[in-house]
Amino acid sequence: MRYPLTEEERMIQKTARDFARRELAPVAVEANRTGVFPEGIFRKLGDLGFMGITMPEEYGGVNLGNFCLVLALEEISAVCASTGVTMSVHNSLTNWCILKYGSEKLRKRFLPRLASGEMLGAYAITESEAGSDVAAMRLSAVLKGDEYILNGAKILISTGDKAGAIIVFARTDPHGRTKGISAFVVEPSFPGFSVGKVERKMGLKASTTVELVFEDCRVPAENLLGTEGMGMKIALAGLDGGRIGIAAQSLGIAQAALDEALRFTRERKQFATRIIDFQSTRWKIADMATGIEAARLLMYRAAKLRDAGEPCSKEAAMAKLSASGTANRVVYDALQMHGGVGYTEEFLIERLYRDARVTELYEGTSEIQRFVISREVIDDYERMIPD
Amino acid sequence: MANDILVFGEVRGGGIKKITKELIGAARRVAQAGGGAIDAVLVGALARKAAEGLTGFGLRRIIVAEDELLGRYSTEGYAAVLSDVVKRNGYSYVFLGATAMGRDLGPRATAKTDGVMFSDCVDVRMEGVQCVARRPVYSGRVYVEIVRTGERPNFISIRPNNIAPADPSGGETPIEAHQSIVSREAIRAIVTEIIPLEGGRPDLTEADVIVSGGRAMKDAANFKVLGELADTLGAAVGASRAAVDSGFAPSAIQVGQTGKIVNPKLYIACGISGAIQHLAGMRTSKVIVAINKDPNAPIFERATYGIVGDLFEIVPLLTEEIRKIL
Amino acid sequence: MKIIALLKRVPDTEAKILINQEGTGIKDDGIKYVINTYDEYALEEGLRLRDKAGAGSSVTVVCVGPEEATELIRTALAMGADDAVHICDPALDRSDPFATAAVLAKAIRGEGFDIIFCGKQAIDDDMAQTHSILAEMLDIPQVNVAIAFVAAPDAKRATVRRRIEGGDEKVETSLPAIVSCEKGLNEPRYASLPGIMKARKKEIRKETLSDLGFGGRPSEARSSVVRWVPLPKSAGCTMVQAGETRDAVKELVRLLREEAKVL
Repeated sequence: MRYPLTEEERMIQKTARDFARRELAPVAVEANRTGVFPEGIFRKLGDLGFMGITMPEEYGGVNLGNFCLVLALEEISAVCASTGVTMSVHNSLTNWCILKYGSEKLRKRFLPRLASGEMLGAYAITESEAGSDVAAMRLSAVLKGDEYILNGAKILISTGDKAGAIIVFARTDPHGRTKGISAFVVEPSFPGFSVGKVERKMGLKASTTVELVFEDCRVPAENLLGTEGMGMKIALAGLDGGRIGIAAQSLGIAQAALDEALRFTRERKQFATRIIDFQSTRWKIADMATGIEAARLLMYRAAKLRDAGEPCSKEAAMAKLSASGTANRVVYDALQMHGGVGYTEEFLIERLYRDARVTELYEGTSEIQRFVISREVIDDYERMIPD
Repeated sequence: MANDILVFGEVRGGGIKKITKELIGAARRVAQAGGGAIDAVLVGALARKAAEGLTGFGLRRIIVAEDELLGRYSTEGYAAVLSDVVKRNGYSYVFLGATAMGRDLGPRATAKTDGVMFSDCVDVRMEGVQCVARRPVYSGRVYVEIVRTGERPNFISIRPNNIAPADPSGGETPIEAHQSIVSREAIRAIVTEIIPLEGGRPDLTEADVIVSGGRAMKDAANFKVLGELADTLGAAVGASRAAVDSGFAPSAIQVGQTGKIVNPKLYIACGISGAIQHLAGMRTSKVIVAINKDPNAPIFERATYGIVGDLFEIVPLLTEEIRKIL
Repeated sequence: MKIIALLKRVPDTEAKILINQEGTGIKDDGIKYVINTYDEYALEEGLRLRDKAGAGSSVTVVCVGPEEATELIRTALAMGADDAVHICDPALDRSDPFATAAVLAKAIRGEGFDIIFCGKQAIDDDMAQTHSILAEMLDIPQVNVAIAFVAAPDAKRATVRRRIEGGDEKVETSLPAIVSCEKGLNEPRYASLPGIMKARKKEIRKETLSDLGFGGRPSEARSSVVRWVPLPKSAGCTMVQAGETRDAVKELVRLLREEAKVL
């Protein structure tokens, strides 16, 4: 896509692309097939600076913004969307949360190790009764002396069994709804913490998705992020960045699918014609490419707003909605272009198709994104019309 | 300047390397059109002995430089000798092989004689009085044909196996000793050891030549036949997914999207149908040879050369015929 | 140790190379330019040597190239080179090995150096001459096609393993010297994000021909292109047939050797 990037941005994108091709591609197929988490990759990513992209240098990061983060995430995700989501959650959610709301002590304790990739980050909001309805969460946190005692469980947590720092959202006030939630940094070594069910999923098989169980889990009070009751605010603000990251992951999948479709249809002949020479194929390709570039521009815009410190909830939601929807449409069309062989493991599109589906489900379903977008659009409109 | 031509012959173990005869073939083309004599120069221990192998080729003379300091190849030693010979005799053209030695020696000698060098040529021919050299550029994606401007000595290195070797034309050629001019101090980089290549086949993903088997191999043991062809070519052995799934080959050598992606100059597909899945792994091969019993196998659409027949008959014959010429 | 790494800007190996309409060169539009592959091994070796040699050592990248080469030089700095010299002059477009070597010799002589690393050849013209001519001009030894390199602790000598037919040569050379690098010498590092940030502050010294003391092009062209010749188009599969199988095989071998030139 022709888009003005600075020399530095081009170099960052190139390093991500070269790394993805040379280091990640050889292990991606196997890792996704066997469901083995590619542990070693994150240290290598950390060495190159990719695990602390938006973190300040004083904590070991490289202090580049969300724009550079999405450039890198898209390249990594095009080769392995599982690695992409792990890297996205780590950077946009865990790193960001501790940086913005952690005490200096917490920052010093976690950020350098997160930046180097020796420690991975996770983000635990979802519960069995609290998906889109975040405020319905019931994991409780009761202050006892200088510790909070957590009881309950979180489900569908990415990297939950591999992370060294998990941002956990729990209810400190049983009576408040949105105001009674607080955020903590939980380490797996805390007594009472355990990993429950490890999910087997349709896609993103090289990323882990687990249940986290808290049974009188003791979390030091100093691990509270911000103050009690700030949890909802933190969760939603974090998700703005997280959604931009997932947009990048979605676009990586989409671009890879389009490239696969182009490659296949150029070679495959039926009725003495290359599939790519049928007009119906070409129109599909046009729509796929347009959808990708449009979503990418929405993502770039959201990333730049966030980097400028401006509010970007609507824009992040638009980016995620558009990118995830596009990714699912593109993989569908790309698979259709492959015909039957595309359904086999011999072709990449088979994995891309399965990987794409979750992008409309996590970090806020597409319905939630529409909720966020419409609310702000309508609010803006209300503000404009005279009383 | 004279129209004379010098051929730098490479000595190996008391004989001359095959490339030298190809260089003479090239030199004859130039001499035919432009007149001029063809001399050869041989450098190193046993150069004189090697010269005996060149005496019947109609050369004007063979210059040998056998100084003990030239026993092993050194850039500075050999370049000093070659440039001295060139300067003394005013050759118009100097042919070398585009070998490890020629590629190292040629540019240094060119610099010493203030000449001009055309590297790694695949053809030379005369157009009028000019010698036009053809060479590949952009990693062989296109050719360029060049001529010298002015009157400097034109060094031309020629790739082995591109020009027909000259046949002996009879007669005797005088052998002349070159006056030693090399000093020990002038040679600052010396070869201390020669380490022969270990056995073993190249890695699939890096191999220049790959011999690959499909389901028609019928048995793991039958891959031995491909192995013999591979060893003759210094090639790696690969297998199609069908062969791997049938247990005829280990998955480590599977070529294909879910196996290894390869990029050889030559890919010999034996008993492989050529279904599109397998092709993803070797699409970019420069030359594809397909051997298959089924004349309608899709691989023939993608191959450069095809033979219809039984691979168990063809592959051993291929091994034999290739051994004869390599 | 003062280490120099030579760098050239070349078209990507995967770029489609087509001859332009006039037949005077290749079509330039849409071609992606990169650091010459073999120069990456050279730079990496230089960086490793510097890291081993310790304090006081540095790697200077030297590039003869157009304005657009700046980005690639910056990438080399991001990979870890300490500073760079960019020799940039329109008169140097399409220069030949002698002109390039003369310019490099002038620029480098002033720097003082212990070793110069470069790629074994540039993947655009594939001439593989510039570094040897440069070595002659600087009056230093050369070792080409290196697949292994070790410098002696006193930085006055080095042992290089170089690839020849059927094996390797072990070469001992005095320093300073030029060593041209082959694939397999090392695994080039990536331009890390911290490296990209640090590269902002590193110096790229720009020199024109007149800065180096040349009046115009250092030397006249020593050759000219008569014509560009495209590769023959593949005409589909050539089926090799004959009465006897052996004859068909013989013919295949002949085609592979003489036509396809892969044997």
